Amino acid sequence: MANPLKTFLLPELLKGMSVTARTFFTRKYTLNYPEEKAPQSPRFRGLHALRRYANGEERCIACKLCETTCPATCITIDSDVSADGTRRTTRYDIDLFKCIYCGFCEEACPVDAIVLTRIHEYHMENRGENVMSKDKLLAVGERYETLIAADKAADAPYR
Amino acid sequence: MAEEFVNIEINGKPVKARKGAMIIQVTDANGEYVPRFCYHEKLAVAANCRMCLVEVEKAPKPLPACATPVMEGMKVFTRSPKAIAAQRAVMEFLLINHPLDCPICDQGGECELQDLSLGFGRDYSRFSERKRSVPDENLGPLIATDMTRCIHCTRCIRFTEEIAGIQELGMVGRGEQMKVRRYIESTVNHELSGNVIDLCPVGALVSKPYRFSARAWEMTAVPLVSPHDGVGSNLYGHVLRGRLMRVVPRQNEAINEIWLADRDRFSYEGIYSPERLERPMVRENGAWVETDWESALAKAAEGLRAEAGSLGVLASPSSTLEELYLAGRIARGLGSANIDSRLRQRDVRDQHNDPLYPSLGMRIADIDALDALLVVGANLRREVPILAHRVRKAALRGAQVAFVNPAAFRYHFPLAAALESAPAALAGDLAAVLGAALEAAGKSAPAHLAQAVQAATIGQTHRAAAAALAHGEKRAVWLGALALRHPRFADLRALAAAIAQTTGASLGVLAEGANAAGAYLAGAVPHRVAGGKPAAKSGLAAAQMLAQPLSGYLLVGTEPWLDAPDSGAERTLGQAKFVVAVTPFASETLRRVAHVLLPAGTFAETSGTYVNLEGLWQSQTGAAQPVGEARPGWKILRVLGNLLDLEKFDYLSSEQIREELAGLCGAGTAYAAPAYTAAHAVAPGSEAARVVDVPMYQIDALVRRATSLQNTLEGRTSAVTY
Repeated sequence: MANPLKTFLLPELLKGMSVTARTFFTRKYTLNYPEEKAPQSPRFRGLHALRRYANGEERCIACKLCETTCPATCITIDSDVSADGTRRTTRYDIDLFKCIYCGFCEEACPVDAIVLTRIHEYHMENRGENVMSKDKLLAVGERYETLIAADKAADAPYR
Repeated sequence: MAEEFVNIEINGKPVKARKGAMIIQVTDANGEYVPRFCYHEKLAVAANCRMCLVEVEKAPKPLPACATPVMEGMKVFTRSPKAIAAQRAVMEFLLINHPLDCPICDQGGECELQDLSLGFGRDYSRFSERKRSVPDENLGPLIATDMTRCIHCTRCIRFTEEIAGIQELGMVGRGEQMKVRRYIESTVNHELSGNVIDLCPVGALVSKPYRFSARAWEMTAVPLVSPHDGVGSNLYGHVLRGRLMRVVPRQNEAINEIWLADRDRFSYEGIYSPERLERPMVRENGAWVETDWESALAKAAEGLRAEAGSLGVLASPSSTLEELYLAGRIARGLGSANIDSRLRQRDVRDQHNDPLYPSLGMRIADIDALDALLVVGANLRREVPILAHRVRKAALRGAQVAFVNPAAFRYHFPLAAALESAPAALAGDLAAVLGAALEAAGKSAPAHLAQAVQAATIGQTHRAAAAALAHGEKRAVWLGALALRHPRFADLRALAAAIAQTTGASLGVLAEGANAAGAYLAGAVPHRVAGGKPAAKSGLAAAQMLAQPLSGYLLVGTEPWLDAPDSGAERTLGQAKFVVAVTPFASETLRRVAHVLLPAGTFAETSGTYVNLEGLWQSQTGAAQPVGEARPGWKILRVLGNLLDLEKFDYLSSEQIREELAGLCGAGTAYAAPAYTAAHAVAPGSEAARVVDVPMYQIDALVRRATSLQNTLEGRTSAVTY
């Protein structure tokens, strides 16, 4: 028995109890999700969206830099000449199962077209729904444009 | 004269260089890279981009490496502080007016300006003023322009002037106002025009059909061989997710150098034509039904066997060697010798005298060194654009080139003699040229031609043509497609061969199709069996098969009513009891005449071999995924052979087929100009004759469906009958 005093007086127990006692009186972190939600950074990387300009024109110019930079190769783009002669995508698919939400696509985009929004609560019910098509991505962008624009503005000074 | 050498030093390394060479040639040869935009090894030196500035000891200022000849004891520094500062400054000037629209630029990822800006430029821009913008030019359906991106290297201008031979583009204005323009409002119409796309170091000139469809870095480059003419130009097919996105040249100095004819470059569009046959189809009670491969093949085999007694096989001369060989085996296996791929050739009277295969009679690379050339019945620029370019090089070097043609076709080089000779008079004119040549050589005409030569009246131009052919050491006589289509081809060839023999020239036949030579070796002609050996019993030639109906036909990749215009093919095939087509495309006419349609892959979707006119075997692997349920032609023919219970039809790969055929050909696979020795008697006199000059974008099923080519000025011209 190396230290009889320590053995019989149980100081570890007291030490442990003191942590319990301190924590008992501090403010709680627990959130009542989903009623309560944690604060999010403007840089939060959730569901993808494709944005439009204020005049309704698609931002994406089919440069394929996001597709190239994507480490999970979850983006598939087909491009062609559009009706007005500009370079546009004819297909823009993101496979949400493959995506690792690294945000490299957003970093690579020269026109701020593809963004990762704050939306992190979504689900799929059928096979194939994991692939976000161009229409769906644009719809997400249209719906959350105010939020996306505000987040971009908040982050702009640090870029 | 022995070459003289000088000793110079590059970055401290002593180097021996040819006297008179430019610094950039020496640095390139020694693995020292000097950045450049305007310098191109195939074009004249312009020295206007200033990107290649290097420091030379004792020179007060940096010197352009592309325009400074090496001198004894010269010390060159390509990466000295002075050189780097000069290159960086030039790059900054170039970027002042260059838009930063790389994300939407098709050149992005394969752009010399991007690469050099990364390697030799600053990492930021100090320019905050307005950039200039330049209105675009409409150069036609093949080349898209973004002239704001132009950095005025003038490569395109030098190309049109030096290589193409027509100055279609030029520089207008100076300084800030400088622009690359056409002098006259028109499109760029040269048959090699697509090459300016490769030459342009930036995205000012890009391919219109390919515009915005893919990125350079995401495609796989697969080596291919051009299936349109007997040159066998080397290509790269750029494939993205199984689809052929574009075609670019593959450098081969012995064949196409770095050039590519527009026909080879843009024909890939036809692969994805709406007329593409995607599933096997059979006609049941007059209506077309899509079906599966088994039943379609079974029906095809059943029908072919039933009509085996009177069967004709017509194969496109641009099919692969393997397809031609198997088609020949099927025809002969069913007991029919009626197989042909010479769809446009009408006169086969002396086909037993044919050489081993139709040959250019020389190597393609040797054309540059020709001293004299007589071309009979060939619209060279249309038929074999790459060879026309080589002939141009020879002519500019001083070669005497003479033409005997039904019309005065436009050539961009000096002609020694041009004889305009209507088809009816062609043989007579050729006999007159022979007469003039014999006269000059002091020989008498060979017995079988004596009558024809005697009947000919020798004029001034005939003498000029014969005199041209007496020039220099290396001479050639070529018979072109217009001669091949002539109803008196046998006579023309006998006369041309005599001219060649009299003048010591080689005889070449510019047979049509990428595999015209291959068809002879593969036994896809009625008088030759595989290996090029004479057939015991010669079958019907294409012209005969199309003139009088047989009861069964097998069409391999061909549309005879278009491939052989004026042959009455549509009517003849319509009378047949059973027609099977192994074809990538199903046109209205084909649906009218055929009974079973088997979808085959185009050249880019099948592995195979092409034998070009110099006898070179070039194999390729398939590049793109076949559209729909289409299969490579050799696989279809192989299974058809199995279903017809033909022996030894269990090939596992196209390589196996090629090896078997190569074994049969023996020495025929090696390069040796096959000789034509004729004793074909030529009767004098002229009879009415017609020759169709098929437009260059109508020659085979694939180019006929290449939309952009069809929209060019050349594509909109209709066939001319002389």
